[in-house]
Amino acid sequence: MTVTSSTASFLADATSSDAALRRFLHGLPGVDQVGAEQRAAGLGTRSIKTSAKEFAIDLAIRMVDLTTLEGADTPGKVRALSTKAMHPDPADPTCPSTAAVCVYPDMVPFAKETLSHAGGTSGVHIAAVATAFPSGRAALDIKLADVQDAVEAGADEIDMVIDRGAFLSGRYLEVYEEIVAVREAVGDAHLKVIFETGELQTYDNVRRASWLAMMAGGHFIKTSTGKIQPAATLPVTLVMLEAVRDFREVTGQMVGVKPAGGIRSSKDAIKYLVMVNEVAGPDWLDPDWFRFGASTLLNDLLMQRTKMQTGRYSGPDYFTLD
Amino acid sequence: MTRIDVRKTYKLYIGGAFPRSESGRSYAVNDARGRFWANASHASRKDARDAVKAARAAFGGWSSRTAYNRGQVVYRIAEVLEDRREQFEAELRTAEGLTAAKARTYVEAAIDRLVWYAGWADKIAQVTGGANQVAGPYFNHSAPEPSGVIAVVAPSGPLLGLVSVIAPAIVTGNTTVVIASEPHPLTSITLAEVMATSDVPGGVVNILTGPQAEIAPWLASHMDVNGIDLTGVTDDELARNLEIEAAENLKRVRRPGVEDLLAPPALDRMTTFLETKTVWHPMGI
Repeated sequence: MTVTSSTASFLADATSSDAALRRFLHGLPGVDQVGAEQRAAGLGTRSIKTSAKEFAIDLAIRMVDLTTLEGADTPGKVRALSTKAMHPDPADPTCPSTAAVCVYPDMVPFAKETLSHAGGTSGVHIAAVATAFPSGRAALDIKLADVQDAVEAGADEIDMVIDRGAFLSGRYLEVYEEIVAVREAVGDAHLKVIFETGELQTYDNVRRASWLAMMAGGHFIKTSTGKIQPAATLPVTLVMLEAVRDFREVTGQMVGVKPAGGIRSSKDAIKYLVMVNEVAGPDWLDPDWFRFGASTLLNDLLMQRTKMQTGRYSGPDYFTLD
Repeated sequence: MTRIDVRKTYKLYIGGAFPRSESGRSYAVNDARGRFWANASHASRKDARDAVKAARAAFGGWSSRTAYNRGQVVYRIAEVLEDRREQFEAELRTAEGLTAAKARTYVEAAIDRLVWYAGWADKIAQVTGGANQVAGPYFNHSAPEPSGVIAVVAPSGPLLGLVSVIAPAIVTGNTTVVIASEPHPLTSITLAEVMATSDVPGGVVNILTGPQAEIAPWLASHMDVNGIDLTGVTDDELARNLEIEAAENLKRVRRPGVEDLLAPPALDRMTTFLETKTVWHPMGI
C-alpha cells in the first residue's frame, strides 16, 4: 500500500456500493498462511529478560482489559473486579492499574460506582460489550438500544460484535453499515469491533474484516469474544497488526488492536508485545493502541512481577481469584 | 554383525510426562567403577517451577481421593516394582557396585516399604486424629489433612532412599516435587517409569535430576510450596539456608539426622506433612 492524495475519495468509492466494497476487500492481497504462522512462531521465540521483562510486564498490566462476562456475574463481583483493576497488587503501590474493566452493559453502573468512588482519578476505563454480545444475532434497532443503554450507564468504551453471518455470506455493506450505525450511537465513547476470528475460517477473511471495520470508523479491532474456541492466536493478531499498520500508511489514522481470550500467561503476553513492536511498530506499545482482553492473565503477570521483585517464585494464594 | 547399542535418554518426570530440561543441559553419570554410564538431565529453576505448577494442579484431585484409594495406588507401585525387580537390581549393582545379594535386599526393602506405607493410608487418621473430649455439648473431632505441595530432597541411596521419602508424602494426599540423588539420578527416572505405568496420576510425583545446591533453594523459597523434606541434604550450611528460605511462607520443614533407611520407619515422615483440622459440631438438636 502506498499513500495517495486521493486516499479519502478512494476509500469513499470503495464503500459506495456492495459490489464496490466486495471488489475492494477481495482485491486486498491474500495472506500467506504458512508464512504468517511461521513469522508469529518465530517472533514468539525472542528472549525477553531482566529490565526488558520488567518493562514488558508493567506495560502488559497497563494494557489489560480486566474482563468478566459470565451469566453468573453479580454486582459484588464487578465491584471486586473494579477494585482489582485500580490496585492489581494492593501490597505494592508502584503496581500500575489496568486499562479498563470489561463487563456486560447492566453491570456498568456498579463498575462506575467503584471506579469513580476513587474521585474519578483511577484512570480505569469502563468497557461494555454490546450489540447482542456474543452472537450478534438481533435486529439492528435492538443492537443500537443495547449500545445506547451501555453508553448512558457510563461506559466509555463499547465492544461490539460484527454480524458474522452477513460477513461470511458476503453481505459486506450490511456489516459496514451496521458498524457505522453503532459508531454513531456510541457518541464520544471508543468503539472496539469484535470479529470472532474463530468463526471467520481464513486469514484472508480476518484481513478483510479488519479493513472493513477500520473503514467504518472503529477505534479498535478485537479478535474474539472469548466464548468461541479458538480465541486470540498469534497469527491472527499478526494479520490484524499488519492491517492497522497498512491502514495508517494509507489514511494516516491509527487504529488499536485487542486480542482477547486464551492469553493466560505472562510469557504469552510478552510474545504479543514483541509482535506489536516488530509488526505494527513501537507507536502501538501503548494502552491506548493495544489491549489484552483477559481475566486470568493479570494474576500471572502479578506473580511474575512479584518474582522479579522478591527473587522468589510466588503462588496463586497471594492474589485474589477475580 | 554386531547390534547397535540402544542408548537410553534419561529425562525429567513432570506432570506425568518425561520432558527434557528446559535449559537443555545434561550431566554425565558414572557407574560404580567410574566409567561413563549415561547422561542425566540437569534441571533448572524453571523446571522446578513447572514441577511445582504440575504438583499444585494435581493436588486437588489427589488429596480428595479416599485414603483407601490412595493406599491402593501406592500398593500398585509396589506391584509394578515387584515385576521389574531384576531391572532395578541390575541398576543398583551398576550404580553402587553392590553384590547381587545386597542389591536384592535393597529392592525388596523398597517394595516392602511401599506396601508398608500403602497400609497406613487409611489408618493414619485414626492414629493422629479422633474425637476429643470437651466441656460442652459438642462433638469435637480432629482429622489430619495433607499440607499441599511438598518439595523433597531425596537421599543418595538410589532406590530405597527415594521410595522412603516419596511414599510417606504422597500416601497422605500431598503431591511432591523430588530432587533425585545427585550421584545416582538414573534409578529415579526408572522409578518414574514405574509411577507412570502404575495408577499414580500425573503431577503427584515429579522428579528432577541435577545438583541439589542449585535447585533446592528455588523450591525452599517458592511461595506455592507448603513443605520441604531435607533428608538428602548433607551440607549443613545448605540445609540451614534452605530452612531460612523456607521460613518465609512458614513451610513445614523436616531436617532429620543420619537415618538407617533399612530400619523400620517411624510415623514422622507422614505426620510432618499433615495438618490437623479440628471441627466443633453441636450435639443433639
